[in-house]
Amino acid sequence: MDKKRIEIKNEADIVLARQAGRKMAQSLGFGPADQTRLATAISELTRNVIQYAQQGIFEICDQSNRKAIIIRVMVEDFGPGIADLDKAMEYGFSTSQSLGVGLPAAKKLVHKFSIKSKPGHTKVTMVMTRKRV
Amino acid sequence: MKIPILQLKNLLLTSIQVELTDRDAIDFQYDVVHKVAETGAEGLVIDITAMDVVDSFIARALNETARMARLVGAEVVICGMQPTVALTLVEMGRELIDVESALNLDHGFEKAQRLISAKKRMPG
Repeated sequence: MDKKRIEIKNEADIVLARQAGRKMAQSLGFGPADQTRLATAISELTRNVIQYAQQGIFEICDQSNRKAIIIRVMVEDFGPGIADLDKAMEYGFSTSQSLGVGLPAAKKLVHKFSIKSKPGHTKVTMVMTRKRV
Repeated sequence: MKIPILQLKNLLLTSIQVELTDRDAIDFQYDVVHKVAETGAEGLVIDITAMDVVDSFIARALNETARMARLVGAEVVICGMQPTVALTLVEMGRELIDVESALNLDHGFEKAQRLISAKKRMPG
């Protein structure tokens, strides 16, 4: 089982994380569209980490089983947390100067998306799957 | 990472060939707008063929660059967006990129020239 962990401390790590995402998607046989979707979703989430929490952790792992190819991505930070999760998932809502599309956009690009947040800990999990042929 | 901006007659041509960090995107914005003002270029063509990820931040930076360049008098065309990038941008949400675009550099060049002549024909 393949696994990669990157500490997100600055903007260059955003690039490293999304490259790691694309690479794993590619090596597991996902097509170019899914590779781009996953890399883009990772870019949105890791940028949020830099913007709101300054630093955090990115983890990607291959959780494939007999039936399906599964990539799980986890992005975690220990920043202030998201006060209103429902609002944060709305398109166009932002507490910073951004467009406020990051979280809802990332959610649209992957197959499963879940977010947990409280002051001091925010954790987003994304899953991308494809059936074995 | 400095992105080269080349002048070709009345146009500026630039091609983003590297993975942009957020800082690079903001520097590029600044460089391009200054170059337009400095050269008095009538058009700006930005080639993004090599960009394999355009997320909401980069999309916004590209939009803003185009708007700024227009404000200082240049018509802007973005060209060479990869199909998967276009797909992803549209899936992410409405109007993340709202600029003139073209398939490749060749078409981008022509489109920029057309936009420039159309502007010159406009009364006033």
